[in-house]
Amino acid sequence: MYLTDQERAMLDGADGKAKQKAMELLVRYAEALGAERLVDTTNVAGVPGQPTPFLAEYYKDFPGGQDAIFSHFDLDSDEVVEMPKVVTRACHLQGGVDPVHWDVLGAPPEAARRGREGEQYAAERGVEILKTCTPYLVGNVPKRGEHCAWMESSAVIYCNAVLGARTNTEGRESTSAAMLTGKIPYWGLHIDECRLGTHRIDVEVPVDDIMDWGMLGYFVGDVVQERIPVLDGIARAPDLVRYKHFGAAAASSGGVEMYHIAGVTPEAPTVAAAFGPNTPIEVIRYGPAERRRTYETLNANATDPNVDYVMLGCPHAALEQIEEACRLLDGRRISASCRLWIFTSRAVRQRADEAGLTDVIRKAGGHLLTDTCSAIGNALPPGTKVAALDSAKQVHYLPAMTGIQAWFGSTADCIDAALTGRWKGGLR
Amino acid sequence: MSFHGRPDAIGTEDSAPAPSETRTETIVLRGRKVVGGRAEGEALVTRQTISGWGGVHAQSGTIIETRHELRGQSFKDKVLVFRGAKGSSGWSVVFHTARLAGSAPKAMVFNEMTTKVALGAVVMRVPAVTDLDRDPLEIIETGDWVRVDGDAGLVEVVKRRSTDAEELS
Repeated sequence: MYLTDQERAMLDGADGKAKQKAMELLVRYAEALGAERLVDTTNVAGVPGQPTPFLAEYYKDFPGGQDAIFSHFDLDSDEVVEMPKVVTRACHLQGGVDPVHWDVLGAPPEAARRGREGEQYAAERGVEILKTCTPYLVGNVPKRGEHCAWMESSAVIYCNAVLGARTNTEGRESTSAAMLTGKIPYWGLHIDECRLGTHRIDVEVPVDDIMDWGMLGYFVGDVVQERIPVLDGIARAPDLVRYKHFGAAAASSGGVEMYHIAGVTPEAPTVAAAFGPNTPIEVIRYGPAERRRTYETLNANATDPNVDYVMLGCPHAALEQIEEACRLLDGRRISASCRLWIFTSRAVRQRADEAGLTDVIRKAGGHLLTDTCSAIGNALPPGTKVAALDSAKQVHYLPAMTGIQAWFGSTADCIDAALTGRWKGGLR
Repeated sequence: MSFHGRPDAIGTEDSAPAPSETRTETIVLRGRKVVGGRAEGEALVTRQTISGWGGVHAQSGTIIETRHELRGQSFKDKVLVFRGAKGSSGWSVVFHTARLAGSAPKAMVFNEMTTKVALGAVVMRVPAVTDLDRDPLEIIETGDWVRVDGDAGLVEVVKRRSTDAEELS
């Protein structure tokens, strides 16, 4: 593959051992992809050096402390290097534990301590500690056309489709290497023609709340897998929260990293523009039958109407979603047989604290938590058997990872389940 | 070039001259290196894409995705033959962790290139090949013996004997 003189020098070690190892990894990765070159990136979102329980244990006797995890795991290097300052705008995505309310999550104190150490390690090297799967909700909003290197599939799809910035779904190792070098393979969604639509989805039912958008996303991801759908027939442009739920779902049932909504998203002024010279590989209808089938698929694993856990905030809740939950709680207390956990970012939590929303949730018997979620943190209230969720993404992952049952429905259905301990949701 | 992987050669000159009940067939597919090295093992095949984070239990290499056709099966020490990757960006971390835990596959053969599968293959450090001249999902079945030469981009498939196939099906 082609390397610039600057990249070649980095690979030869002119900028130090860490950048050399980072460049070695990027070259191996770019060659695996079949990329012809690298591209300069200015905005990288990852989890550099994050000491997960497995990695902390695995590397505990390796010399180098936190540099051991960063070197061996993040850079896939056989020797330990010292992590230097990052050279791009870099942010840290979600982590495994709430640093303040770790006890609510049932995490041991050492998990919180380890999290704090990992965070400090990254922060000292110039990484913004956003601790969220929704960096775009808390100030990291790349500009149109900007070459990014982001992890977190729900953020990647938002970055591409909604913002018109450019990123593939990167991984922990490639984002850590990109933070040190400012480089990422020029492949896939960095390239104009790779961003064009491949499949047309004719949406023939109204798509309204986040439940609807989640179902549509889940359907689309399943049918197009990792291709690029173009939605036609959307009467009303979604807002930020609806985009968030649509994208997260499409990136869970499939591997969608980019989509277009004709007349709405920045690279799709029209259906024709979204496809460019491509002819749709397939035209797929999303009508009442498809909507019902998707609803049934998302609820296929649940039979027991006795709900003992309600989780909201996947992807992390926006302030207006926390407000909505508070409005639905309406001053009542949740059922003694049920727990309510709502996950968000630290920045949104602070605004919720200031707006009195955190207190409303606490008085209702619930918790507003940050940094993580049940799936990422592998954290459920003790004895959870049946959950209720308003996120198609969380329904996709949580039962598979923990063995519980999970109902999928609207935010209102979920809050009702928290208040009554019974699932009464349905397709409306 | 008389590579015995040409489409017209299947089941004729590729077949070992042995009695029919013990007859084996070797097919060679040619593709592109993703990760170099050589390895061989029994194939574990799925036409479905694989989710890494949330779809695989890294420490055991077991597929856990709710509706996956390989749910409950482990790719540890197998040659994993699959369509491609989907889902979370934690794909590489899960397969990287599987390597550390000793539950990685011996090699990977897949159809659809994505950043997830490319990075995952790189950090797993097992031979991996893609862009094959014929669809490996049409040719390789679970239980076949597969040799992967990553550097040469070659995949050699020794078909499971037909009698075994009947017993297993």
